[in-house]
Amino acid sequence: MADNNAFTLDDLRSTLRQAAGVAEDVDLDGDIFDTDFEALGYESLALLEVGSLVERQYGISLDEVAINDARTPRAFIDAVNTQLAAVS
Amino acid sequence: MTGQVVVTGISVAAPNGLGAADWWPATCGGKNGIARITHFDPSAYPARLAGQVPGFQAEQYLSSRLLPQTDRVTRLSLVVADWALADADVTPANLPDFDMGVITASSAGGFEFGQGELRNLWSRGSQYVSAYQSFAWFYAVNSGQISIRHGLKGPSGVVVSEGAGGLDAVAQARRQIRKGTALIVTGGVDASICPWGWAAQLSTGKLSTSDEPTRAYLPFDRDARGYVPGEGGALLITEEARTARARGARIYGEIAGYGATMDPRPGSGRPPGLRAAIALALADAGMEPGGIDVVFADGAADPVADRTEAEAIGAVFGDRSVPVTVPKTMTGRLYSGAASLDLAAAFFTIRDGVIPPTMHIDPCRDYALDLVIGQPRRARVRAALVLARGSGGFNSAMVVRAAD
Repeated sequence: MADNNAFTLDDLRSTLRQAAGVAEDVDLDGDIFDTDFEALGYESLALLEVGSLVERQYGISLDEVAINDARTPRAFIDAVNTQLAAVS
Repeated sequence: MTGQVVVTGISVAAPNGLGAADWWPATCGGKNGIARITHFDPSAYPARLAGQVPGFQAEQYLSSRLLPQTDRVTRLSLVVADWALADADVTPANLPDFDMGVITASSAGGFEFGQGELRNLWSRGSQYVSAYQSFAWFYAVNSGQISIRHGLKGPSGVVVSEGAGGLDAVAQARRQIRKGTALIVTGGVDASICPWGWAAQLSTGKLSTSDEPTRAYLPFDRDARGYVPGEGGALLITEEARTARARGARIYGEIAGYGATMDPRPGSGRPPGLRAAIALALADAGMEPGGIDVVFADGAADPVADRTEAEAIGAVFGDRSVPVTVPKTMTGRLYSGAASLDLAAAFFTIRDGVIPPTMHIDPCRDYALDLVIGQPRRARVRAALVLARGSGGFNSAMVVRAAD
């Protein structure tokens, strides 16, 4: 898999904005790599919605358990990249 | 329990005014909020007029986090709840979570949101359906989102009884306050003026097909020809009276009496239940008919239903012996929002001594009603009766009165 196909933190930021919006007191552009999604204002339903948008945009099927267990952007990005690598 | 329950905050979203400060003077001034539908192109539909809330920009008030998960009705509800809490000078964050609840009425839930997701499902596939559809369409969603936004974790829920809901929810709030909850956000806001919602409403056959905004919805008029639907409603902050007084709250008045009945099965030969609902509300308030200074009528604009209501009012109060008004002639019928908006009008009528008018109608002489027509009427009002009916046989009546 080429690096330029990898799912990055910026990709996640734009997907979060598009699928679920941003809470009033959250700086999505800050250092959020290891911040809990809950602290960023995203509950499980928001992540379901974000996962669904990623699946449509990248033409992949995400591992539901991995997405459900992802508590931080780092974990979510890893789960997406694992799938991207598997299909490349 | 018979503890006193008072109203300390009011806000509204109505077709003739957004926010109480816009809406109340407009209502007393006879401003019409009924017009040709602009939310979608209505040309292909048999009914084309509605009351639409003007100038509501949700993104002005709500974060982008809330927009993907909310229908218009929920956005309106959230903003009106914010305003009502501010009007009551209540900061929920400073109060115990479980002492506050939300009980709203809804007749349609988030219809337009549901329409969009059904369109996604059938035109693009299930993977395009929003996860938020799981709750965004639901009747209870307005209560839920208000509860989450302000951390109100006490008794909460939704009442679904169509047009009667705007009173039934407030009655349920009163019950919960009497059981010990200090504060409940209550009332109703409905909004389903979208193609799918419109198709559902048209199926009743009760909508006016007139294209004239001042001739389409004419309750108690010989030319009554059905109703014009509208969107909006009102939310009230209700509190246990001693708690409210202890914190020095401004009090609009009290929820003094309530009665609700179901109509008998059609064709049963038994009388409609509205008169009994009025009698129950008066008894609950411990009042005689003579104590009521104004009646906010349901105003179905269906000849049979209008006669039923006129006769019920006449039977309880006597012919032409109490002022009767239908301000919803300026907004259309807002389903579960309608009677809550009338409650707001009733409290402002008590405060200002001005009864808002019934517009556009030439009253049918068969009804022995003292209708307040065309112009507001100055009157000392200490107690008001609000009537509401819902499709399916719901009748509700509520007495509100000055609390001082």
